[in-house]
Amino acid sequence: MASLDDLKKRIASVKSTQKITKAMKMVAAAKLRRAQESAEKGRPYSEKMNNIILNLSNGISDKENAPKLLSGTGNDKVHLCVVMTSDRGLCGGFNSNIIKKAKSYFSKILDEGKQLKIITVGSKGNDQLKRVYGDKIIENISFKESKNANYFDADKVGKMVIQKFEVGEFDVCNIFYNQFKNVITQIPQAQQIIPLNNDSERNNSEESYEFEPDEDEILSNLLPKNISTQIFKAMLENSASEQGSRMSAMDNATRNAGEMVDKLTIEYNRSRQAAITKELIEIISGAESL
Amino acid sequence: MSEEFKVEIVNPEKSFLSKEDVTEVVVPAFEGEMGILKDHISIISFLKPGIINIQSKSGEENFFIEDGIVEFKNNNLSILTSSIFSLKDVDKNRIQDLIKIAEEETKKNEINDQAKFLIDQKIDVLRSIN
Repeated sequence: MASLDDLKKRIASVKSTQKITKAMKMVAAAKLRRAQESAEKGRPYSEKMNNIILNLSNGISDKENAPKLLSGTGNDKVHLCVVMTSDRGLCGGFNSNIIKKAKSYFSKILDEGKQLKIITVGSKGNDQLKRVYGDKIIENISFKESKNANYFDADKVGKMVIQKFEVGEFDVCNIFYNQFKNVITQIPQAQQIIPLNNDSERNNSEESYEFEPDEDEILSNLLPKNISTQIFKAMLENSASEQGSRMSAMDNATRNAGEMVDKLTIEYNRSRQAAITKELIEIISGAESL
Repeated sequence: MSEEFKVEIVNPEKSFLSKEDVTEVVVPAFEGEMGILKDHISIISFLKPGIINIQSKSGEENFFIEDGIVEFKNNNLSILTSSIFSLKDVDKNRIQDLIKIAEEETKKNEINDQAKFLIDQKIDVLRSIN
C-alpha cells in the first residue's frame, strides 16, 4: 500500500488537474456561446447563396456547356478531400470523429482504384493523417493566428481549391467537418462541393428569372463564391463543434477528477486510521508485557 | 395599396440589415445602376463596386459595397455581399486606406482587364464619397 505521503501528493496533483480542466471548461463555454452565435448568423448567407444557385441551375438550358464547377469534369478519377479539424487538442472525440469519417472515405476511394489527394485544414488533422496518408497530403493549412473563423481565411482555402480545379488537378472535391447539433452531439459530415451536388433538392417553382448579365456569366462568377461560402460555413460549424466538444470533454474530466479525489481521500483516511490502530496495539501490548 | 417591400442584406458573418418598409432601392448592377420598386420582375444580377441607396418610410440610407449578388423575388430583395459598410458611420481614414490598397492593386501587372475595371470603379466611388 502506498504510504501516507504518496497519497497526499496524489490527491494534491489530481486536485490541481481538476482546477485546470474546470477552467478550460469555463473558457470553452464562453467561446462556445460566441461560436454558436456566429454559426447561426452565418447560416442565412449560405442558405440564400444555395437558393440562388439552385434557381440558376434549374434555369440553365444548355447542360452541356454548364460551368465545370457545376457539372464536373466528366471524370471521376482524382478525388480531393479537404479535411477540416482544429488546431488544438483536448477536445474529446472532435478530431478523431472527423478523421474516422475521412479515413473510411479514403479507403473506399483507394479500393476503387481512384487517386486521392488531401488538403488538411488545422494542424491536428495533419498530425493524425500524415502517418498513414502522408504521401497523399498535398497541402496543409492552419489558421492558428486568427482567433475566430473569418471569411477571409475561408476565401483563401476556396481560391486555392478552385485554382487546383482549374488546372485539372482533381475531378471531385469533398469537405469533411463536424456539424454542430448541440453541446453533446456533433455530426461528422462529408459534403461534396465540386461538382455541386443538388439533384436531390430540386425546387419545383416554375418561376422564371430575369438575368443580368446572362445565366452563364452569373453562374461562373457565383460558383467560386459559393465554394468559399460552403467552406466558411464548415469552418463556423467546426469552431462551434470544437468548443462544444471541448466543453463536454472537460466537464467529464472535471467530474472524473472529483471522483478520483474522493476515492483517494477515503484510501488516505483508511490507511491513516490503520497506522493509528497499529501504533495503539503496539503501545498496549508493550504495556502488558511489563 | 402599399408600395413597400422587404430588403435583406446578408454578409457571410451575419445578417447585416433587414427592413420591411422599403419603397425604392437603387443598386449598382453590373451593367449599370438599377432601381427596384415593388412588383419588379424576378431578377438575379451582380453588383459592381458602388453605392446602394435604400429609401424607406423611415428615411434614406446609403451603403458602400464592393461586390455582391442581388436577388429579387416575390417582393423580397436579398443582397449577398462580402464587404459592406454604411456611409453614415464610416470614418474617413478607412476610406483612405481602402483607396490606397486599391491603387496598389492597379499597379500589379498580372490583373486582367475586368479586374482592373472593377478596381478603377471602386477607386472612383471611394473618392466620390470621401
